[in-house]
Amino acid sequence: MWAAARIVLWRDVLLAVRRQSEVVTSLFFFILVVTLFPLGVGPDIEMLRIIAPGVVWVAALLASMLALNRMFSGDYVDGSLEQMVLAAQPLPVLVFSKILAHWLVSGLPLVVMAPVLGLQLGMDSDSLRVLVISLLIGTPVLSLIGAVGAALTLGLRGGGVLISLLVLPLYIPVLIFGAGAVEATQAGLGGDSHLYLLGAICVFSLLLGPWASSAALRIAME
Amino acid sequence: MSILSKEFWLQFSSPKTFYPVAGRMIPWFAGGAILLTLVGLYIGLLAAPTDFQQGDAYRIIYIHVPAAWMSMFIYIVMSVYAGMGLVLNARLSNMMATALAPTGAMFAFLALWTGALWGRPTWGAYWVWDARLTSQLILLFLYLGYIALQAAIDDPRRAYRASAVLALVGVINVPIIYFSVQWWNTLHQGSSINISQAPKMASIMLTTMLIMSLAAWLYAIAIALFRVRVIILERERHSDWVRDLVGARP
Amino acid sequence: MLQIENICCERGDRRLFQGLSFAVGAGESMHVVGHNGSGKTTLLRALAGLLAPTEGTIRWREEDIRDLGEEYHQELAYLGHLNGNKGDLSVYENLRVAACLAGRMVTPEEVTAALRRIGLHDCEDLPARILSQGQQRRVALARLFLTKAALWVLDEPFVALDTAAVATLQHEIDEHLRRGGIIVLTAHHEVQLNTGAPRLLELGRH
Repeated sequence: MWAAARIVLWRDVLLAVRRQSEVVTSLFFFILVVTLFPLGVGPDIEMLRIIAPGVVWVAALLASMLALNRMFSGDYVDGSLEQMVLAAQPLPVLVFSKILAHWLVSGLPLVVMAPVLGLQLGMDSDSLRVLVISLLIGTPVLSLIGAVGAALTLGLRGGGVLISLLVLPLYIPVLIFGAGAVEATQAGLGGDSHLYLLGAICVFSLLLGPWASSAALRIAME
Repeated sequence: MSILSKEFWLQFSSPKTFYPVAGRMIPWFAGGAILLTLVGLYIGLLAAPTDFQQGDAYRIIYIHVPAAWMSMFIYIVMSVYAGMGLVLNARLSNMMATALAPTGAMFAFLALWTGALWGRPTWGAYWVWDARLTSQLILLFLYLGYIALQAAIDDPRRAYRASAVLALVGVINVPIIYFSVQWWNTLHQGSSINISQAPKMASIMLTTMLIMSLAAWLYAIAIALFRVRVIILERERHSDWVRDLVGARP
Repeated sequence: MLQIENICCERGDRRLFQGLSFAVGAGESMHVVGHNGSGKTTLLRALAGLLAPTEGTIRWREEDIRDLGEEYHQELAYLGHLNGNKGDLSVYENLRVAACLAGRMVTPEEVTAALRRIGLHDCEDLPARILSQGQQRRVALARLFLTKAALWVLDEPFVALDTAAVATLQHEIDEHLRRGGIIVLTAHHEVQLNTGAPRLLELGRH
């Protein structure tokens, strides 16, 4: 079972490495969205500092949502998803591998890039640290919840827009606790309690996400 | 037929037998809804005293609160039906879940709308980022997502099953969303007057609110039964009994 | 033994077939025929467990395949219309992943041997996307030799194959049946086997 989980992870990461453009696109989107804010609200660094946690988090939310579409659709179109559903291994395990691979490819780069963007928006080092931690805990949740949405909208017309309607409301708690942790740190309150709650959500979605996504995939294959 | 017998309950599980049963139930629920609404509105708008703080503007809570309650409650009921449809493969459950969604969305929208109208005289703005209003807005999005997903899938079976998964994921998330929005709201203490701590409510106001809630209940049941009858006809249009039914009444 | 009991399948609102019952035992094959849209693919997908029939049960070794789940998948090799090859992976990588999903770790030698059997030489390291349609189909067919599946469910396996490959595949089908395997397939032409022509199941007559 673990061999299969490993090989799916290896396969998906390898595919992403061979098609780097897709990975780079969502990272570039993330940077671009954050860059638009100072242009929209003005270069006042004090104001930017205040809105920075929310801006970075919303941009991360959108960037990771943008990447969701390709989590299963490529495999759906060429039939390899069919083979995965029929594998001799439990589907949730394989789906978990796919979600992990997707996060490594589209979530982790955001976490790495975030401090640079935070710096541009005038965040201090303490807040930057909390920002990275909150993204590190929060972006996997985005992939886990997003996987359900991606599986549900598999092969549908206008799936890209639909997926945002399904997934974004479910992202709200992650946004609140993630951005809240950084804001609380900036306000000198300490973001620990936010991070704990975010961690709890992460564990919870780890338990449920792969199951719900596999159920949704089976339905989509019919 | 006894209420305790198995046959009594089985008739609710097959679309064919449920169709006439639902048809007989609708007038009762609809009539009750109209009656209670009239009574509730009479007491609420005319008999109940004016609030000494908010004046007459407060009277909108007789619509607002029942609508907010119903929107949440219907989401839960809808998810239970959807879950039953998914697990037991019961067609009627799926149809009920589908039939409830627009009503739930309507109540969520009504709660938002009346909330905004109430907010204007109370807070001086149509929209404040109050925790309740915000959660209500998110609930409306959840409803719209459910309806949109179902509309996007052509195959009815897949549509039912996929939207059922979404409803279940949603219902697990609803408490988390409510809690997080509450948390977010206390962190950003703003302009809001907390609605729940309204000065102690006169018992006549509470009674009226309960009457209006009951009316909303009956309305929701009546309209859901009405809609489920339409869905049954649409989905079973190739079956003999629908052909007979439609043929008999051209 | 694969037993189909009284199954009924629907696509959208349309009932494709109903009350369908048959059984295929060890060493037997079943050739499903019928006009376009008669539900051949739907039947095969139902046999593979990809979709649940509206009514009826499908049993493998006396047990409902829905209860068996992955245990059933271990003994099943399904080839659909889509080949399931990733264009960006090499042929070897594709087959290694496929075998692993079927529960087997394979060596490069085994992969080479499987490809030879279906008539593909020296293409292990090529990315699958540069192969022709027929070659892609052969790579998908090579999966059959890398698993130990007893039941082969093949949807139009001969599509895009040249005459030589068709002969090879018929030979392999014979071999599989001789080993006591079970095959359900669809094809638009007659399947010629040494073990005798497969039983025919015609859909869409009623």
